[in-house]
Amino acid sequence: MSDCHGCPASTVSCSHVPPSASAPNHKSVVAIVGPPNSGKSTLFNRLTGMQQKVANFPGVTVEHHMGRVRLDGGREISLIDLPGVYSLNPRSEDEQVTRDVLMGEKAGVARPDAILLILDSTNLGRHLTLAAPILCLGLPTLIVLNMADDLDRRGGGVDPVTLSQQLGAPVALTSAASGLGVDKVYQFLGGAIPLPPPVQLPIMQDVPKCRQWARTVGEGAAYRSPAPPLWTRRLDSVFLHPIAGPLVFFLVVLGVFQTIFSAAEPAKNALDFMVRWCGTQLGLLLPHGILHSLLIDGILSGVGSVVVFLPQILVLFLFIGILEDSGYLARAALIADRTMSKVGLQGKSFIPLLSAYACAVPAIMATRTIENKRDRIATILIAPFMTCSARLPVYTLIIAAFLPDKPIVGHFLGLRAVAMLGLYVLGFVAAVATARMLKSSVLKSDRAPFVLEMPPYRWPTLRSLGLRLYDRSKVFLHRAGTVILAVSLVLWVLASLPLKNGQPPPIEESLAGTVGRTVEPMIKPLGFNWKIGIGLITSLAAREVIVGTLGTIYGMEGDSQTTGLQKALQKDLSLGGAVALLIFFAFAMQCMSTLAVVRRETGGWKWPILQFTYMGALAFAGAFVAYRFVTWIT
Amino acid sequence: MQLSVKKTGHHRRSGPAETLDQLHRGEEAILDRIELPQPFAQRLMELGFLPGCSVTAALSAPGGDPRVYRVDGSEIALRTETAVHLRLRRPRI
Repeated sequence: MSDCHGCPASTVSCSHVPPSASAPNHKSVVAIVGPPNSGKSTLFNRLTGMQQKVANFPGVTVEHHMGRVRLDGGREISLIDLPGVYSLNPRSEDEQVTRDVLMGEKAGVARPDAILLILDSTNLGRHLTLAAPILCLGLPTLIVLNMADDLDRRGGGVDPVTLSQQLGAPVALTSAASGLGVDKVYQFLGGAIPLPPPVQLPIMQDVPKCRQWARTVGEGAAYRSPAPPLWTRRLDSVFLHPIAGPLVFFLVVLGVFQTIFSAAEPAKNALDFMVRWCGTQLGLLLPHGILHSLLIDGILSGVGSVVVFLPQILVLFLFIGILEDSGYLARAALIADRTMSKVGLQGKSFIPLLSAYACAVPAIMATRTIENKRDRIATILIAPFMTCSARLPVYTLIIAAFLPDKPIVGHFLGLRAVAMLGLYVLGFVAAVATARMLKSSVLKSDRAPFVLEMPPYRWPTLRSLGLRLYDRSKVFLHRAGTVILAVSLVLWVLASLPLKNGQPPPIEESLAGTVGRTVEPMIKPLGFNWKIGIGLITSLAAREVIVGTLGTIYGMEGDSQTTGLQKALQKDLSLGGAVALLIFFAFAMQCMSTLAVVRRETGGWKWPILQFTYMGALAFAGAFVAYRFVTWIT
Repeated sequence: MQLSVKKTGHHRRSGPAETLDQLHRGEEAILDRIELPQPFAQRLMELGFLPGCSVTAALSAPGGDPRVYRVDGSEIALRTETAVHLRLRRPRI
């Protein structure tokens, strides 16, 4: 065993240091590096399967995937999927992180023992430019020429043996999507591939020289470029057609909405039914008392009300996964760019905003595709204004309680539907206005240059879609089991104390009731009383919680369809107060999960606090004006 | 030259295209230089926009902006505001 006693931090120069002979047998951390769209993640998924986790690098918002690969003989290797880069010139945060990790200069991340360099074989001329700086790092490197089946099909070709000799590194032709040639990657990881003698590689600073070098190497290895991707050209002539293109785009947007609102509904109802059924069965088994109340009123109603959203979220992610893996998303961003640029954003902001209609949490995670940091933060900040599915139960309850179902336009459009539509528009307008404001002040940036690579269309693989959904469910259920469980428990305790003669007090005298009465003077100008106050506080956890809370407070079933709750609300709220409550929910940031994810994605508390304050102030002001106005005209 | 029926968002030019944005769909030209600040020019070069290489204008978003360009085996979309800074070589007659 060679221990590196007091080794000074080695300064790596670009002179292709020969890898030490013993290195392949000691690989424990291997990094996957490659340009965007080279199939890095596909290979990573194939090698690691479900043995992976997502983590952020310490101190920055750049995320990396870590996974374990089990080799023959039971040995395990850690695999890091680094952000996609075109070069090692650190300009973006992604490139900086990739460079630092590979140099062993990233605190808290071990320097990799070996590298898998993934290049798209159908675009080898350009992708090969990354090989020189990577090989110069002096780590044992396997050059993986991915999408080899595509190269072959389109009449291209390359001689891997010659390429390997020219670069002084082993070369594997693979297709990560189909599994072709992946056995060679396993052999490399197991240290079973002999490394060819190292070659002196040129040090190149500027891109044209690098590209020239890549061309020479490619020609030396008899590289033949493939014919243009025929199907991609055909599909693009439809998807980017001046008339058919926007039409398809519109249908896709409509499809996403439709999926969120209807396709996932049966699954949601079934889950909802199961949660209720569990509640009833549990209620029959347990004697009335503290345990009964804790399990059913506290935990099951709290966690259950959130778990039922899982199908909607999975369907949305399936949809977005298909769009992204197939390559259509890049075309959608292209079509949306002009419209988005009018509010100072760009085409890449469109997809996150669209998915925010389902839920802001996945939407905010989807902003990672936006390279411009200021555009990304602006998109994160406005995403929660989009009418997410958690607002629906609240809107439905209040609108049904206070507005008659008068038809407005013939039989098609009723007053209630118009009110609902109005709230959607209101959220959208608030988002656009906020984006404009942010982009012309704190987040002003020189019109972010919009550069978007259009990848060829590909069939999404079931494996990658399945892994996405598995990952998503795990994260979602984990949150329901921790944060939401905790909130439900605290609420239940506060509503059950102080005990009176060993029994929970009337809600008005409980700790929760006291809190409600304390905030009452603050929300009185908006037309709300202390009961709504408790609801507003609990809805800080998640918007829809207010429905359940009001149900508990009125001592009834917390279902937005129940007329009992509507009647009770009519006694407690004026029409002005009801409208004010709707406006409040349209603007306010009442979602702990969103705040948590904003903190994670922006790398600190600054933006989530600002967002919470801004949205809260807007909600307060909007509700106040609405209450005054409606009270004045009625 | 064939008259373009579709509006491309900028005036029809008289003479050869001088900057990338003036290329009509299907036209090909040689890139001469990128008149943009270094970091961004380098980014474009890494994507294949190298002086001396051939660029073909392809499809675009409705209205002609942004437009997809075929360069060095890839398809890259640029806004018109960026494409005006990519100067083309005058064709030899």
